[in-house]
Amino acid sequence: MLKAYLLLAAAMFAIGLFGVLTRRNAVGILLAIELMLNAVNLNLVAFARAGGGVAGWLLALFLIAVTVAEVAVGLAIVIMIFRVRRTVEADHLNLLRG
Amino acid sequence: MTGEAVALIVLGGVLLAASVGVVLSKNLFHSVLWLALALVTTAGLFLALHAEFLAGAQVLLYAGGVVTLVVFAIMLTERLVGETIAQMNRGIGWGALAAAAVFVAIAAVVVPASRQDPGRGASTTAALGEALLTEWALAFEVLGALLVAALLGALYLARADD
Repeated sequence: MLKAYLLLAAAMFAIGLFGVLTRRNAVGILLAIELMLNAVNLNLVAFARAGGGVAGWLLALFLIAVTVAEVAVGLAIVIMIFRVRRTVEADHLNLLRG
Repeated sequence: MTGEAVALIVLGGVLLAASVGVVLSKNLFHSVLWLALALVTTAGLFLALHAEFLAGAQVLLYAGGVVTLVVFAIMLTERLVGETIAQMNRGIGWGALAAAAVFVAIAAVVVPASRQDPGRGASTTAALGEALLTEWALAFEVLGALLVAALLGALYLARADD
C-alpha cells in the first residue's frame, strides 16, 4: 500500500516538474511548484501511516506552513515585477542579465 | 478490496488528472481551479491515511488560502491590461522527457524496495498536538515567526506605490 502512495506522489512530482520546465507564465510556474510540494506532503503522510508516526505529520504540517509563506512572497514578487515590467512571462524577465 | 484501496484508486486517478490539468490548461484561471481540485483530492487521500487534522489543514490553508491568493494575483496581473489569460507551454518534448526521467528514477528506487509494512503507527491528532507543544515547541514558534516575516515581506513588496 505504501508503494502505491509513493508512486502516485512520484507521478505528481514529475507532472509538477514538467510544469515548472514548460510553463511560460510565472504564476503558472508557481502553481506547478505547488504540485511538487503537495506530492512531497503526500509522501510524508504515507510514511507516517506506514509506521513513521507523528514525525511524518509534523513535517507535513511544517511543509504546509512554509509553502503558504512561499506562495505569499512569490506572488508578491510576481505582482511587483508586473508593476515594473508589465509582464509575468518568465522568458521576458531578464533584468539581471549581465 | 479494502475501502482504502478503492479510495486510493479513485482519488489517485482524479489527482493525476487534475495535476495534468494544472500544467497543460491553456487558461491560467482554469489551472488554478484544477490545482484546487488536486489539493482537495490530496486532502481526501490524507483522510484515507487517517490524518484527519492534516486533511483539515490542507483544505483550509492550501485550497482556501493559496488558491485565493493565486486568484487575486491573476486578477492583478492579467485583468488590468485587458489581455487574455491564455498561457502556453514551451519545450514540451524536453520537459516531458525530463519529468519522465525523474519519475522513472524514483520508481526504480520505490518498486524494488522490500521494506515490510510495520504495524500501523498509532498516530492521533492528540499526539501531534502534544509533540508540537513539547518536543518541537521551538520549531513551532520559529514557524510562527517565519509566517509573520513572510506575510510582512509580501505586504511590503506588493504595497501600492505612493
